[in-house]
Amino acid sequence: MELIQYALDNLGLLLDRTIEHIALVGVAVGLATLTGVPIGIAITKNERLAKAVLYVASIIVTIPSIALFGIMIPILSIIGHGIGYVPAVIAVLLYSQLPIIRNTYTAINNVDPALREAARGIGMSQNQRLRQVEIPLAIPIIMAGVRTAVVLNIGVMAIAAYIGAGGLGTFISRGISQSDPRQLIVGAVAVSLLAIIVDYSLLALQKRLTPRGMERAATTA
Amino acid sequence: MIRLDNLTKVFDTPKGAVTAADHISMEVPAGEICILLGPSGCGKTTTLKMINRIVRPTSGKVFIDGEDTSALDTQELRRNLGYVIQQIGLFPNMTIEENITAVPRLLGWDKDRYKRRARELMDMIALDADAFLKRYPSELSGGQQQRIGVARALAADPPVMLMDEPFGAIDPINRAVIQDEFLKMQQELKKTIMFVSHDIDEAIKMGNRIAIFREGKLVQYSPPDDLLAAPRNAFVESFLGEDRALKRLNLVKVRELASDEIGVVRPEDTLATALERIEGFGYQNAILMINDKRQPVGIIHRSVARTTSGYCRDHFQSVPTVVSLDDDLRKVASLMFAYDMTWMPCVDDEGRVCGQITQRAITHHLGSRYRATQSSGPGDDTGTPTPSAAEE
Ligand SMILES: Nc1ncnc2c1ncn2[C@@H]1O[C@H](COP(=O)(O)OP(=O)(O)O)[C@@H](O)[C@H]1O
Ligand SMILES: [Mg+2]
Repeated sequence: MELIQYALDNLGLLLDRTIEHIALVGVAVGLATLTGVPIGIAITKNERLAKAVLYVASIIVTIPSIALFGIMIPILSIIGHGIGYVPAVIAVLLYSQLPIIRNTYTAINNVDPALREAARGIGMSQNQRLRQVEIPLAIPIIMAGVRTAVVLNIGVMAIAAYIGAGGLGTFISRGISQSDPRQLIVGAVAVSLLAIIVDYSLLALQKRLTPRGMERAATTA
Repeated sequence: MIRLDNLTKVFDTPKGAVTAADHISMEVPAGEICILLGPSGCGKTTTLKMINRIVRPTSGKVFIDGEDTSALDTQELRRNLGYVIQQIGLFPNMTIEENITAVPRLLGWDKDRYKRRARELMDMIALDADAFLKRYPSELSGGQQQRIGVARALAADPPVMLMDEPFGAIDPINRAVIQDEFLKMQQELKKTIMFVSHDIDEAIKMGNRIAIFREGKLVQYSPPDDLLAAPRNAFVESFLGEDRALKRLNLVKVRELASDEIGVVRPEDTLATALERIEGFGYQNAILMINDKRQPVGIIHRSVARTTSGYCRDHFQSVPTVVSLDDDLRKVASLMFAYDMTWMPCVDDEGRVCGQITQRAITHHLGSRYRATQSSGPGDDTGTPTPSAAEE
């Protein structure tokens, strides 16, 4: 009861923090998609390079977020952004690479060889094949990677409150430092709810972006 | 016209070099269908794919209309060769219209033109444009998808078509329908077609020429009737099957063997006249009775004519069956067995009796080709034929 009362009393702040949180994750995963998808496509041309890139990306994910922030503070301090928005976005950007690159790589590699041959056989160039056939077919799986990245990093972003990036994590960090369970629990529940809601919204978006003829294939995948 | 000149492909595999196609030389005249036929793994697909460079030849050349294709840009070349792959390979993310206009769009046709072309193509493959153009491949049956695959290859009206087991993925009944439709289309389009098959019956039905492959080598290249009448060696013979003489029946039309001489009687003739004619023509058991329009109306049996007196119109039995001049001998033979007859009256398009076909004529036709090839055919029945021997 007390919790709901607290949440209602601070509704404005809660909303502000939520929007802040979404914006941070959104910008970071957006940037990660812009880099990860081209990388994922590029490495389909070279198996050894693909192995190396995926290896590095998985190593990055194993670094605890607190440690990653710690590493970035001295480096980014050089340009005056040791704490705050910039390191938070960079961390999420890095963590997002694995799901996005891996899903893109797998999706493009798994395009039915018969379709690729048909596309070559009718005289499509490599670029035309990518744009007209391979990427449209890969979209459901690429989107699934983006979703994974978003959900994963909504959690990571909560920790970024410790380096002053803002977001819903501020409730949690204050809750801990002020020994105030209300703030702690409201923050934690808000982060979880946000992750669930965003996951479903992105799933809906993924379905809309799936080419119509592939709906059947996409739902079984 | 397609000409292959010593076309060879050697694949480097972990287990060593595999020669998938070994100095293949052959020529497909313009407007003809050439079937590449042989057991699985004999190099048919590899040979076909070297023509549009999906597989890069190790050596040898491909000429199309006399032009060496190795000088052409690969994508340019492919857009001028219709290609139908065995797995159909329609793009699931595109509508039927987008699929069949893929090549015209690559070629930069304007929208009006390729939309019009899409409708033309749907007419050609006998699918309703309004019902199908906006649908997706996954919503179509296998046979419909296969037709769309053919339409996609025909879209920019390429003079040459490459087809890799194009009708392989459908049930036998639908396959026969599509084969017939395709042959009808080909009569108008007159494409030069290289067509891979592993089905001897399909090859005989579809091919103007058949190229038999074995382990990467071209063993025999002949028109279907020559192939069946004179297989070059034991391998070809066994591949064609022991019933190959019967398979030839598919290839010959009644018109070619029918005799226009047929003894008949009229309803007003007497049975005595009938008997006279039966004996005059040397018929074994019966004679045909026709009306004023020369339509077959009955049969007078010899036994009846001999033992009874009166007029034919009172003593005939119904005509078991007739054949038309465009029927093939397979149908005729089947009817002869079914009705226990050694001859059949033939009728023209208006249903008028115009002759007869006999079992003797059929067996004689099949036998004469065998006798001819046995006395003058190639002496070496077992040796490997040289490339020049394969060029008939
Ligand atoms: N890409 C490839 N790499 C290695 N070997 C191949 C390749 N493609 C075909 N082959 C081999 O070449 C031979 C001929 O194959 P193919 O032309 O597909 O035969 P067909 O179409 O007559 O069944 C087979 O032995 C096959 O294993
Ligand atoms: Mg094959």
